[in-house]
Amino acid sequence: MQLVLEKRAERSNTIALISPLIAIGLTIVTMIILFAILGKNPFAALVVYFIEPLTDSYTLQEIAVKAAPLVMIAIGLSLCYLANAWNIGAEGQFLIGAVAGSWLAVKTQGTEAGHWVFPAMLLLGAIAGALYALIPAICKVRFGASEILTSLMLVYVAELFLDYLVRGPWRDPNGFNFPTTAEFDPVATVPLLVEGGRLHLGTIIALVVVAAGAVLLGKTIKGFEIRVVGAAPRAARFGGFNSNQLILLTFAISGALAGLAGIIEVAGPVGHLQPNISPGYGFTAIIVAFLGRLNPIGILIAGLFLALTFIGGEQAQIAMKIPLDVTKVFQGILLFYVLACDSLILYRFRLVSSSRQQVARGAH
Amino acid sequence: MELIEAIILSVLAASTPLLLAATGELVTERSGVLNLGVEGMMIVGAACGFGGALLTGSTIIGALCGIVAGTAMSLIFAAMTLGLAVNQVATGLALTILGIGLSGLIGAGFVGERITPAPHLYIPYLTSIPLIGRIVFGEDAFVYFSIALIVAVWWFLYRTRGGLILRACGDNHVSAHALGYSVLKIRLYAVMFGGACAGLAGAYLPLAYTPFFIPGMTAGRGWIALALVVFASWLPGRLAIGAYLFGAVTILQLHAQGAGVGIPSQFLSSLPYLATVIVLVLLSRARTGGSTAPAALGTVFVPDR
Repeated sequence: MQLVLEKRAERSNTIALISPLIAIGLTIVTMIILFAILGKNPFAALVVYFIEPLTDSYTLQEIAVKAAPLVMIAIGLSLCYLANAWNIGAEGQFLIGAVAGSWLAVKTQGTEAGHWVFPAMLLLGAIAGALYALIPAICKVRFGASEILTSLMLVYVAELFLDYLVRGPWRDPNGFNFPTTAEFDPVATVPLLVEGGRLHLGTIIALVVVAAGAVLLGKTIKGFEIRVVGAAPRAARFGGFNSNQLILLTFAISGALAGLAGIIEVAGPVGHLQPNISPGYGFTAIIVAFLGRLNPIGILIAGLFLALTFIGGEQAQIAMKIPLDVTKVFQGILLFYVLACDSLILYRFRLVSSSRQQVARGAH
Repeated sequence: MELIEAIILSVLAASTPLLLAATGELVTERSGVLNLGVEGMMIVGAACGFGGALLTGSTIIGALCGIVAGTAMSLIFAAMTLGLAVNQVATGLALTILGIGLSGLIGAGFVGERITPAPHLYIPYLTSIPLIGRIVFGEDAFVYFSIALIVAVWWFLYRTRGGLILRACGDNHVSAHALGYSVLKIRLYAVMFGGACAGLAGAYLPLAYTPFFIPGMTAGRGWIALALVVFASWLPGRLAIGAYLFGAVTILQLHAQGAGVGIPSQFLSSLPYLATVIVLVLLSRARTGGSTAPAALGTVFVPDR
């Protein structure tokens, strides 16, 4: 007897619907084992991770705040991945967006600049993110260089550039030599939705991005082209779709969204530019995009779920001394299970007796 | 003279992890599998390698721990891409994300610890020859091993039947399957070899390069190794040249930082990454006549039954 993988006659819609749930279930089982290995009470840890953050207004708001950049970036990435363009440098585009927007905040600091500053910062962040993402896209389209490697290399370059700015020209002279800019002026920060709360304009922008993504993919010809180029490149060529143009477009959109998320993060929750403004949003967003199966609504839910793991991870570190890296392990394992379960949409396992297999081989 | 000797020694040391990891990935890719998880396998190899050496005091056991850890990581990748026919790019990314988390978890207790770095060869008289003595006869075992390994891989790929079969799987898995070769089994071995090499390359960093462990110490070397395979057009000889060139870029920028050339250190530090981008562009551009990549690279294979 042997277990073999074989293609289903048609994709299974049932599995397509429940596979993210199976993946989350399997991840939680794995986490229980991991917690036990770490010598922590698994069930207490799961409660701290997944239940407690949901029972408190502050942490609930915090989840929405953390989900906003994840969702924005993941919507952009999903467009790339649907078009079979592998942008994995969203982290770098996020940082460059943050830098470009911060430039205006730093330059207008202490001046009479009015309320135009914040919208202008958003615009700068989005443009810079898009331009930064266009570098690997152009290298791909014009020269055929692997966009996977070039977009990732540019993450390191962006990190170093940000580091240079906050340690060099933009460092706060009154900052006791810490590598950070001065706190942004009120006109250069994200408006809060409720005074004294955590929710800010960024969460609304993220929802708008989700809606725009859904419309683009579901209702427009460009969205159709993106899906066809990825799913059936040959058909797309016969249809006369310009796949190079779509690579440039999807990279530009995803870079703009990552840059926008970057400047919102700096002008909002962080409040100034410093080296570690991102706990890896650009990489976690890759997981969000896949967990949400490259669908805008799915991404919204997946973004909230992964934001929960960030918050839960922080709480578990404080309450149970569970290392923060457990969150990264959790996210990595989750992505594995998501991909594995998704495979079962197109394939299924069958037990084949060895003798039958011999016959099948002979018939070849 | 002494400066030149010091620079060459440090270039060899900086190139060795790149060469080891890229050698493994070259074999993996030649079998038709694109494993983007090199960085993840390396960093887990670094954490486990350091742990092994710290607990036992033995560099060799440390290196073995790194190899085992890298291989174990590659088995996860193999189960997903070969067993479940999952997209290789996405799985490779997942492997890197998982590896970074795991290494932080494994290495949490190692931060701040120090070990005795791997010993360097010493042959009386020979090692004391001026200029070339220490370069040729005074390296650590990893450096010699990495050179032997790339030669062995070249010999295997081009001078043995096994190598021919492996390359056939990478270029046309349907034909290889039709000839009766078990494509998935051959790819499994190739992926495991890649994992073992990446694990060893990771272990080299805390065992020989710097005698301590810091989270994220691979700093993108796994990704540079991937780029090197492209740079080398999947040829072992060019891979070795590429690895030493990249090692040289890394070391020269460090020396430039040390000499204080008036350029901010961050710009110099970003040189290896920028060089990777530029090299990828130039090479891909020069290769417009047709790709030299294995024809079936990155494609899923489910045997037809």
